[in-house]
Amino acid sequence: MDLSDTDLALVSVLAQGLPMVSHPYRAVGAQLGLDEAQVMARIQAMRDSGVIRRFGIIVRHHELGFKANAMSVWSIPDEEVGKVGRLLGDAPEVTLCYRRPPRLPLWPYNLFCMIHGRDRAEVEETIGALNRRFVLGAYPHAVLFSTRRFKQTGARYGRPIHQAAAAE
Amino acid sequence: MDQLDQRLLNEFQQDFPLATRPYAVLGERLGLGEDEVMDRLARLSRGGSISRVGAVFKPHAVGGSTLAAMAVPEDRLDEVADLVSSFSEVNHNYQREHRLNLWFVVTATSQQRVAEVLAEISARAGLQVLDLPLLEHFHIDLGFDLKWT
Repeated sequence: MDLSDTDLALVSVLAQGLPMVSHPYRAVGAQLGLDEAQVMARIQAMRDSGVIRRFGIIVRHHELGFKANAMSVWSIPDEEVGKVGRLLGDAPEVTLCYRRPPRLPLWPYNLFCMIHGRDRAEVEETIGALNRRFVLGAYPHAVLFSTRRFKQTGARYGRPIHQAAAAE
Repeated sequence: MDQLDQRLLNEFQQDFPLATRPYAVLGERLGLGEDEVMDRLARLSRGGSISRVGAVFKPHAVGGSTLAAMAVPEDRLDEVADLVSSFSEVNHNYQREHRLNLWFVVTATSQQRVAEVLAEISARAGLQVLDLPLLEHFHIDLGFDLKWT
């Protein structure tokens, strides 16, 4: 789906979160010169096309008691990484699963999973179970627990309203 | 947090209603009034349990992003982390247990701007920045099952 400038402006406004007012889509539209029905239709279209993967309440794991998180990484041969990635990505314990390029010599790993848990032991147990279930023991592997969170905010996507307006 | 808060958080991470009064729809499902739903969401938001009601986008559909890592000398970690966090394009910034000890996500309206941010961080910190862009994603984000116990 090609996004119009109006869509990109809507994405930018949505990044701040839906306002907690009785008619939130009307409030969002008022910032963009759209009516309520147009806002809902654009969001629906972006959902249908897959541009929006999920639309709803975005929770913060850490504040809800899931205080431990680790990035679990493996170095998987290119011809197998797709298969292993799909297996791990479908596992319910895995929050995110991506393939990224290795950067030798510092970084040999090409498959990344995020695992969240209430404490370190729970996360370690989950990763151990994934390694056993999918027979990943032969691949180089590392687990990077996070020790300090310096910043966590929503992503800044889309295009600010004034730019969208100027383009139209 | 009571059971209704828990249900709000667990049941509305996907398919949030596209209706003129979505909070009233949530209220109907939970047996609450619209105002109480908004009050609860506002309180959970203030308390930090909720980041926002909003969208998770398909990677690269609406802009550029990457994951970046740096090996920062221990005695410079605070300083370099502050520098990284100062960019509005940086939305996650964590210390992790590894020689590559600082990990951050850069999102911007274009891939070109992402590259500029990495170059500027590298130049100002005087350190190498590893750029680890997404090649393939294997997980569909359905939200997070909070598994209340």
